[in-house]
Amino acid sequence: MNDAGSSYATSPVMSDGSGQLDTFPKLLLDRAKNLGSKPAIREKDYGIWQTWTWSQVADEVRAFACGLAAKGFERGDKIAIIGDNRPRLYWAMCAAQSLGGIPVPMYQDSVAQELQYVVEHAEVRFAVAEDQEQVDKLIEIRERYPNLELIIYDDARGLRSYSQEYLYAFEDILELGRRFDADHPGFFLDQVHTGRGADTSVILYTSGTTGTPKGVVLTHDNVLISARNGIERDQLGQDEDVLAYLPMAWVGDHVYSYAESYVAGFCVSCPESSATVLNDLREVGPTFFFAPPRIYENILTTVMIRMEDAGWLKRKVFHYFMALARRVGSRILDRKPVALKDRLLYKLGNLLVYGPLKNTLGFSRIRLGYTAGEAIGPDIFDFYRSLGINIKQLYGQTEASVFVTMHPDGEVRLDTVGTAAPQVEIKIADNGEVMYRSPGVFQCYYKNPEATAETKTEDGWVHTGDAGYLDADGHLKIIDRAKDVGKLNDGSIFAPKYIENKLKFFPYIKEAVAFGDGRDYTVAFLNIDLEAVGNWAERRNIPYASYQDLAARKEVYDLLQGCVEQVNRDLAADPHVASSQIRRFLILHKELDADDGELTRTRKVRRRFVADRYDKLVEALYSGDTHCEIASEVTFEDGRKGSLRADLAIRDVSPVERLSDAAD
Amino acid sequence: MTSARQLGDILLKVEDVSLSFGGVKALEHVSFDVREREIRAIIGPNGAGKSSMLNVINGFYQPQEGTIMYRGRSHRHMRPHEAASEGIARTFQNIALFRGMSTLDNLMTGRNLKMKKNLLWQALYLGPARREEIEHREFVEHIIDFLEIQAIRKTPVGRLPYGLQKRVELGRALAAEPSLLLLDEPMAGMNTEEKEDMCRFVLDVNDEFGTTIILIEHDMGVVMDISDRVVVLDYGRKIADGMPDDVRTNSEVIEAYLGVMH
Repeated sequence: MNDAGSSYATSPVMSDGSGQLDTFPKLLLDRAKNLGSKPAIREKDYGIWQTWTWSQVADEVRAFACGLAAKGFERGDKIAIIGDNRPRLYWAMCAAQSLGGIPVPMYQDSVAQELQYVVEHAEVRFAVAEDQEQVDKLIEIRERYPNLELIIYDDARGLRSYSQEYLYAFEDILELGRRFDADHPGFFLDQVHTGRGADTSVILYTSGTTGTPKGVVLTHDNVLISARNGIERDQLGQDEDVLAYLPMAWVGDHVYSYAESYVAGFCVSCPESSATVLNDLREVGPTFFFAPPRIYENILTTVMIRMEDAGWLKRKVFHYFMALARRVGSRILDRKPVALKDRLLYKLGNLLVYGPLKNTLGFSRIRLGYTAGEAIGPDIFDFYRSLGINIKQLYGQTEASVFVTMHPDGEVRLDTVGTAAPQVEIKIADNGEVMYRSPGVFQCYYKNPEATAETKTEDGWVHTGDAGYLDADGHLKIIDRAKDVGKLNDGSIFAPKYIENKLKFFPYIKEAVAFGDGRDYTVAFLNIDLEAVGNWAERRNIPYASYQDLAARKEVYDLLQGCVEQVNRDLAADPHVASSQIRRFLILHKELDADDGELTRTRKVRRRFVADRYDKLVEALYSGDTHCEIASEVTFEDGRKGSLRADLAIRDVSPVERLSDAAD
Repeated sequence: MTSARQLGDILLKVEDVSLSFGGVKALEHVSFDVREREIRAIIGPNGAGKSSMLNVINGFYQPQEGTIMYRGRSHRHMRPHEAASEGIARTFQNIALFRGMSTLDNLMTGRNLKMKKNLLWQALYLGPARREEIEHREFVEHIIDFLEIQAIRKTPVGRLPYGLQKRVELGRALAAEPSLLLLDEPMAGMNTEEKEDMCRFVLDVNDEFGTTIILIEHDMGVVMDISDRVVVLDYGRKIADGMPDDVRTNSEVIEAYLGVMH
């Protein structure tokens, strides 16, 4: 299948003395030697899945590394990687690592200004970009930061008329590299074998809910030992199929799509475009799936909408079996005793509902799914587990090379994030903050010793910033961000995320922000989900002109009031949070957006920023006003700014008495 | 950026064309030329004869006077199928797609003229016909990739929002591998973001495939930004012809079309 592999078969890969596969490039060469003709990576292009074997990948990486060397890339140089998940961008990372360089993957939807901070801070000399969109940003950066010497692009479309002398096509570098390799035959292997596990392998900039991004410095050892531990815990093998669709700058993608693929030797598939992920998911049918809660939410919302549109009989069957699944599905998955009748009914449900549904979602073959990034709504979590999809929670951080805790099989519990991952120690600080120590612990924040000292102790313990505790079974429970957990004026605990997640389970609510710390009662901002509410409005013949128009409609307020009342009933049932019931809410006139700084790039709400920005609305919620006018600035995708005015209605919700309705 | 570009030879020459419907004079003695690789805009107020001009070029209308010179050959008038087989493709002001068919199938219809096997071969889907189909599919997939419409490959066109339908229509025109592409108000009815996307695609088509483009557009901003030269029509007469900047400052144009300078 390939002729390039033969050169590796004869080269003494393992004879560098140490014999250890302690860096990414060494691992790659070993994979090429032992798994040469097995698929390493796939990409859907022109409607067809294109495949590269391990030896083809090794060949490309070798050529690209030599090309970089020919262009003056030296050990310790940083190379920016920016774009959607593309095989060539992963190869560029490994190529840079082969030369002792350090890849710095960046969020592809960042605007030039945000990128520039990272490029300058990391002192990037070379950049590999996916396409014109990214190249344009890099060119803009280079005009202000000439130390960015070379920009290499993957997709040439639209770049034909660009005449910048520092701009190269990926193919140009490969070509250059093959010639360089021919002239310096021993160079590449020498470089690879000079690398050590203790060398820095990557700098990942955290999106950060506050302040400027920080560059987390990780070594090959950090990432690869963590990956090995993760693989061992989950028993991952060569035959897994994984979809690489999360931002390459995120540590989750770096470990699951890159490190674990290299360590376990499984194949990773890159979707055709970010818009086709759900389709591609179905085609690939991954055995292992990693996603932040939002993705699971989105998939669930899509299912719920489509079911609303289905015929009467289908709806009945669906709801009947989903109720059954909710009752016994998780128990069956955890191999706990279940009545024979229910077991048989569940089998029937599998035939009629769960099987077809999983097939539509692309989860037919799934063995294991993880969710991480933030707390997942219990109802969402239940939904997947009740279908027999083994989805588990993982608690991790960039600073830990992902793994801190994860659910062991059979011990999946909604209210915890699991037990310590292999080789991870956990302790709770006096103020309730969770701390950990592991082989994956980062070296430092790049060029930021103060922040490093604040986060990491001398003996290697890391502050997570999360409040939590360990229960009797060694499971870690996270309550909230340590700094977000507050108190209502009556002294009861106020955990905003807990309330927001309850709200967000309703398909109609896309985002929610709850306020209550230091106040008499809880109030909330809601964002409608345009797709779900739009669909709902269409079915009821409610006309609307725009997002803003729809969000302001009385009928929509009535709809969401119903959701809020349901949440209040749930809250009332739990004495710890009963006083956090939502008394007043409003529906925002615009979607919270990362471009406006309201969400992080991983789409977490920047609570404080939102509170400051909509200060006027918060005050109105705590006054007796029935409406409030607001003008806010919006940033369009091209970076221009505009202004949006609205007069928002405010709704009162009467709280549920603690005991009377608790039985519901 | 655009004015500095090197334009090729004359590809199309409209000479002294007049067209009338009964007593209504749609075009009066209009002449202009289009060079290879050029983006040429035709602008003018409502009823100025812009769409009529496009319809004359691709043979929908037969002018009473004048000739169309295309690739050095003079036509008293073009017939639509001649125009199509000579590499002229177009999109319409009101979208004209097969609404019940998928994006992919709509684009495949754009390959129709390139299909050489007869109906029987195609129906049996044997040997050569199969190979041919695969080749065409491959070409169409390049267009899908180019226009970034992978996610709607299999969606019936009727279900797509307007902006995307316009993009699919552009795709179908591109599927015919045109050397001259006529776009009738490609950005009409779009929001700012969709307009910018469409501009990008028009420029990319021109840049990537070297396609010559004649563009009718209402939005002055768009026209001035992306075209090499502009023809201005008013009441069927040509009142100006030149670089965007010259046209912008032409007093007759300002009076007839823009009203006030901005």
